Amino acid sequence: MPMTEAPPAFTPVTLLTGFLGSGKTTLLRRLLADPALADTAVIINEFGEVALDHLLVERLDEDTVLLGSGCVCCTVRGELAATMRDLHSRRERGDVPMFRRLVIESTGLADPFPVLSTLRADPVLRHHFTAAGVVTTVDAVNGLAQLDRYVESMRQAAIADTIALTKTDIADPTASEALLARLQAINPAAPVLRVAERRLPVDALLRAGGNPFRAVAEPDGAAAHAKARAFSIVVDEPLDWSTFGIWLAMLLNRHGNRILRVKGLLALQGEARPVAVHGVQHLVHAPTHLQEWPDADRRSRLVFIVEGIDPDLIRRSFAAFARLGSAAAAALVSA
Amino acid sequence: MCALCGSLGGDEHWTDAVARDGVFTRNRDSARRRLERARRVEVANRVLKLYGLRLSDWQGTSFLLSTFTGKSEMVGDLGHLWAAAERLSGRACDPLDPDFLSRLDADD
Repeated sequence: MPMTEAPPAFTPVTLLTGFLGSGKTTLLRRLLADPALADTAVIINEFGEVALDHLLVERLDEDTVLLGSGCVCCTVRGELAATMRDLHSRRERGDVPMFRRLVIESTGLADPFPVLSTLRADPVLRHHFTAAGVVTTVDAVNGLAQLDRYVESMRQAAIADTIALTKTDIADPTASEALLARLQAINPAAPVLRVAERRLPVDALLRAGGNPFRAVAEPDGAAAHAKARAFSIVVDEPLDWSTFGIWLAMLLNRHGNRILRVKGLLALQGEARPVAVHGVQHLVHAPTHLQEWPDADRRSRLVFIVEGIDPDLIRRSFAAFARLGSAAAAALVSA
Repeated sequence: MCALCGSLGGDEHWTDAVARDGVFTRNRDSARRRLERARRVEVANRVLKLYGLRLSDWQGTSFLLSTFTGKSEMVGDLGHLWAAAERLSGRACDPLDPDFLSRLDADD
């Protein structure tokens, strides 16, 4: 790629996560061999057994720790911020080949949230990088047991925009079906892509954050996960944006660490086009104004993935605030 | 600056996103910004009064959160409102608390 070409205004960042041994590095190696990723820089936590033959691979120091800040939204992984700033700076100077995309591979036990919060909280990074999505690898052989046994594995699946199912070529088909049902219960909005096949669905994987919004069906009891569950709220009447913001901010302040994911397509009062909101734990990305509705359904739809919270309480709270918003709007009009 | 951490550069709360391509925000022009702030104050006060608190706009740039006895704190955006409300009131501001929801419903 010619060095004179300008970098994108916001370089998309894909977070590749997944439990220990679930095939993250193998997937990354295959992705990097694809011509579509020729202009991709990579940040990895450690050099594993699978060699990465790629121009731009940066390694994070293993002994760095999270900077415990005053509020969780500003949690910054200092070593990640420093590495990304350095990459950006070297790209600006022409010291490294132009890259137009960044992939960060997290460790198998890492909570992905601080990586996402670093992107937004760092005053330099948030002007040059944007979260493009989370790809989580799930091992078709051991994934079901890991989801049930390790909270880290469940959280990684819950926050995924796309789930990459690995090792399907060596897994028992019956076990794979049970795993798919469990993944559907934990994160029904995330497409599950089989990546063990020879042909890798590169486009679908990289489009992670750009997946169209999908309404979710309530998971059935048999497949439900013991801790995490997904549910949706559908609202007929257009929402008041001010009230929604106050409610969600209040909810995340108190329960953000147990609200693994919130994703919504909202019909707002006074807005002709839908607005999409998208959050992971305490962090909500800047809402996006979509050009049009994806289908004929014009109702607001919110999908939550929660850990240990009764969905009925969230539904009740949402409804109480919606009533409050209507009353406040009426008071403002009459004032 | 982030009010809690003191980190320079602060944090762009999603309800106050900077206007840019594709982003939905009411932080686009002064008229819409003022109207949105007035609406937030109106809505928030209906909740905050249950905790003995009151919110007001402060020069269109911040909010002033006060107890009914006058103790107060500046709040930059909604991202810091509820943490400040918990500090000032000494109570957990929990929108899922059934008692809180009952009082909110009764107050309609």
